[in-house]
Amino acid sequence: MSINYDVADKVVTPLHLDHETEKAVWSIRLGSLLTELIALSGISLSLLAMDKPLGLRALYTGLPFIKLTIGIDFLSALFLLITSAVALFVGIFSVGYFKAHMTSSLIPLLIPVFTLSMLGVIVAGDVFSFLWMWELMALISIGGILAEHRRSEVREAGVFYIVMTHLGFLAILIALVFLADRAGVDSFRGLAAAAPKLPRSEKNFIFLLSLIGFASKAGLAPLHAWLPKAHPVAPSPISALLSAAMVNLGIYGILRIDVEILGHGPMWWGVLLLSLGAVSALTGALQASVSSDLKRLLAYSTTENMGIIAMALGLGMIMISLGAPEVALIAFSAAIIHLFNHSTFKSLGFLAAGSVQSAAGTTNLDLLGGLAKKMKTTALGFGVASLGASGLPLGSGFISEWLLLQALIHVPLKRSEAMTIIVPLTMAALALTAGIGVLAMVKAFGFSFLTRAKSAGASEAVESPGSMRGAMAALSVIGIILAVAPGILSSVVDKVLHVIDLSANPGLSPKLNAMISFPGLRGTISPWIIASGVIVASLAAFVVKLIGNKKLVAQATLPPWVCGIDALTPNMNYSATSFAEPIQRVFDDVLKPDKRLQVSHYSESKYLIEKMEYNSKQQDSIEKVLYVPILRAVKWVAALARRAHSGNIHLYLAYGIVGLVIFWILAR
Amino acid sequence: MDFSQMTYLYLILQAVLLALVSPFLLGMIGQIRSRLEGRKGPGIGQVRRDIRKYFRKNSIAPIGSTAVFSLTPYVYFGTAVLAAAITPIFVSSLISDTYADLFALVGILFLGTVSLILAGLDTGTAFGGMGASREMTILALVEPTILMSIYAVSIPSHSSNLTAIVRGLLVHPLQAFLPGNVLALAALAIVVLAETSRLPIDNPSTHLELTMIHEAMILEYAGPKLALLEWASAIRLGVFLSLLANLFLPFGIANLGGSFPDILIGLAAISLKVIFLGAAIGAAEVFIAKLRLFRVPELLAGSFVISVLAVAGSFLFSAGLR
Amino acid sequence: MGLLTRILKKGRFSEEAPMLGQPLSEIEAFRGSFHIRHVDAGSCNGCELELSGCFGPTYDAERYSIKLTPSPRHADGLAVTGVVTRNMEKPLLDAHQAMSQPSVVIAIGDCACNGGLFKDGYGVVGAVGEVITPDAYIPGCPPKPEEIIAGLRRFSGR
Repeated sequence: MSINYDVADKVVTPLHLDHETEKAVWSIRLGSLLTELIALSGISLSLLAMDKPLGLRALYTGLPFIKLTIGIDFLSALFLLITSAVALFVGIFSVGYFKAHMTSSLIPLLIPVFTLSMLGVIVAGDVFSFLWMWELMALISIGGILAEHRRSEVREAGVFYIVMTHLGFLAILIALVFLADRAGVDSFRGLAAAAPKLPRSEKNFIFLLSLIGFASKAGLAPLHAWLPKAHPVAPSPISALLSAAMVNLGIYGILRIDVEILGHGPMWWGVLLLSLGAVSALTGALQASVSSDLKRLLAYSTTENMGIIAMALGLGMIMISLGAPEVALIAFSAAIIHLFNHSTFKSLGFLAAGSVQSAAGTTNLDLLGGLAKKMKTTALGFGVASLGASGLPLGSGFISEWLLLQALIHVPLKRSEAMTIIVPLTMAALALTAGIGVLAMVKAFGFSFLTRAKSAGASEAVESPGSMRGAMAALSVIGIILAVAPGILSSVVDKVLHVIDLSANPGLSPKLNAMISFPGLRGTISPWIIASGVIVASLAAFVVKLIGNKKLVAQATLPPWVCGIDALTPNMNYSATSFAEPIQRVFDDVLKPDKRLQVSHYSESKYLIEKMEYNSKQQDSIEKVLYVPILRAVKWVAALARRAHSGNIHLYLAYGIVGLVIFWILAR
Repeated sequence: MDFSQMTYLYLILQAVLLALVSPFLLGMIGQIRSRLEGRKGPGIGQVRRDIRKYFRKNSIAPIGSTAVFSLTPYVYFGTAVLAAAITPIFVSSLISDTYADLFALVGILFLGTVSLILAGLDTGTAFGGMGASREMTILALVEPTILMSIYAVSIPSHSSNLTAIVRGLLVHPLQAFLPGNVLALAALAIVVLAETSRLPIDNPSTHLELTMIHEAMILEYAGPKLALLEWASAIRLGVFLSLLANLFLPFGIANLGGSFPDILIGLAAISLKVIFLGAAIGAAEVFIAKLRLFRVPELLAGSFVISVLAVAGSFLFSAGLR
Repeated sequence: MGLLTRILKKGRFSEEAPMLGQPLSEIEAFRGSFHIRHVDAGSCNGCELELSGCFGPTYDAERYSIKLTPSPRHADGLAVTGVVTRNMEKPLLDAHQAMSQPSVVIAIGDCACNGGLFKDGYGVVGAVGEVITPDAYIPGCPPKPEEIIAGLRRFSGR
């Protein structure tokens, strides 16, 4: 999709008047302060609600006919906690970030409003409030994405996002209004009681439509194409909020509407969600592994992780419908813990990417390199984030993936033959995702911070200011804590599991202590023991080295061995694209990159070649295969409809009269 | 937490034992290769002598490298030794009973590989990047196969705890010949060859940098750090071969708290199995050539398909036994 | 089965290579494991042929713990063949500086020891000794594989 603008893209240099800068600094301070206040109140509300849920309260808006209701149960408290925590650190980060990148003085003020709208979606207690806050959140996010609207790719991404989020909203709107109409009540609590009595066909209809809407917001394939376009072009603090907080709301919607309210559905619901999750995970992992832009890689990683969460949720729904609640509880706890983990490492990743962009001027992995020496805190932060995202032990993602694997192991196969096909396929999808995901994260970390700088910007980078470093350091600490002590989440997980599946026996849920175990089933692991084991063993290695090298000859620092040439230029290093080239070759048929080879020869003879130009562009293959035909069909229909626009005013008056007559007949 | 003194003792004993014996295992493989090539060979102690010599030289770091380069040998060695401690080698239940299962064990080994890959990138040379890229591609394609194979062997005992799997096979010996187990063994054999850098995926004795995968990442290391890396490679080979032997044919393994003769039998059993596997690798390497790099994904994809079939086989045939 | 039967029929065909002289006692660090990195500083490849013959099955230098490695960092000895030409002077120095200490330099062949046939050539800097000081000389044009191995065995001590 491309938009033609009549006005040429001129780069407008901002005027640096003192009064502009002063206004900008004040808006940064005010925005950050508001964000922190909102985040802290969100966290305290969430902790209060964890203790004692807040029932439905009406909110006075002062506008006629607009009643907003708030209700905070354990599920809302969970998402409140995650969203507010992300906003807390984003707020700190944005102080330093916007001082360097001021696009407009409105953008720093947009972050607290965006956070507030997201919190509004989470605490909404009835359908009307939910839809209002959802649309408000979408509009504000559009503003955030279009922050640097003077660049054409930002505008393109913005328009793409506007269309997709509103199509999703339309689906959610129809589904929820239909649900409220059929059930006769508006509030979520009333719906939870009334919805199970609806006929099966209506529940299927509501489920499908709401799934489409929420899956699109969560970035699940095939409705994910807006994510890798929109998240990279937004400023990094806003990208962090989008990827680590807003996409969670899609999962919140699925949990609230499809799991809690619509209740125990047929098995195919879970299978559908599981398949969407598997496709998203694979697509996200694959596209992330071949992305050469750091933020685009992180955006695709969001799709991958949302896919893993959706797989866990789908598996849980299937297990409930098959009557195996203890396995369902394992799957749901995997999903919830992965939500926490993903929000932590994704926000940390985007903040680190923002720090890199601010310091080096680019997020193109082929131009970065060598930043670990100059930006130690950012490197450590991104290291923790990529370790968490890769699913290796000592990272937080390992625990949620382990839980999902355990759920798959304990699936009772005798209850349904379909599971003998579904479970291996799910396992294969999860396993492939894990492997390729590690590649993407190694690539992201290795080529921004290790190797050597390949551009002037990267070689002149300096560490970011204190506020940015502080936010990243705090998030890193949280990431490490979640990796070694997931037990701190145990009370939250228990309470949310109770909300999701009221029929399940609370004694059956997984025990998350120093050791994770499942009552009644086999399977245990202790993350902190594994972590301490690795650390102790590495220290033992150091001791072995000391014993072996008794003379303690000092380490020499020499130029690298380059086989006798004068020096290595940075371009002699592997670049991120070449790093991923073997995997791109393996999955060539799935990725379908655009390859073009142009050979130009001298005029004298066509056998004398002057130059060859090879271009390979990686696009989203689902977008190419699915979206382009749909857009072409829409354009064709629109072209047909244009025939009715003849420009003749008499015809238009006739249209009006005919329409009025039809309306009058129908209204009688 | 029910840690007993015995458990600690066994852990450390097992790790130390495997660490001391693995260089001789690697030496034995090299010696078999030499003999089959018509040469006399340096003897099975050569790898140990190499490691001892590396310890006596000085360490070098390339200009511009970071802590990743300096710390990787410790992490690589540490993860190898930790994996050696928790694999069931001659005793079937140790710490692996409760604190780490097969997924964690494999994850720990992969953590080591990833740290080596990052160190290869950190050297700033073209060779390091090349080795890193190739090793990473192989890892990305091997991890799915390993996860699926672990899943296939976990199904009969409904658990991925190493003890449960090993005990399950000891109680039902005929399970070893189920299609699921046999196929998983085939898939894991290819994975072991890939992860320990043996032919046909990687030639461990090559001098041509363009054909290197594992070796290319360690070209910049010298001295004691190189010693740790080479030693850790030997330990990983020992761990993988022991795992391969005990996941599929654990007969002879002792129980924790077993008597001294039982433990001796366990040691003898695992030694026989690992020596047999090592000799098979050494002999096979004389007859096969290294695969072209872009054919390696085909081999690994084939092993992935075998592992998926192994899972299907486990499903179909284990339902009758439980 | 062709290769297997051939292996079984042929058996071991390595020849004995005598040790000339005592193992050098100064360098203990690489007793029992001597890895060399070969640099061709500008030779006619005659010495290379003999050197590669050393590591084949007939002369089998590996049984004496002598091995060729690709990286100077992993090497204990720098085996230089050929006279040092102008273009190869810097790479030879680089290779030497890249080595991990303690290390030795071995000049193999007459050209490396004293310039040999190409002593006063126009593209020649000189023998190896003019650029880096060798610790051992193995003369010959080209030296026989047994002589090369005999020399190297004095470092590995086996």
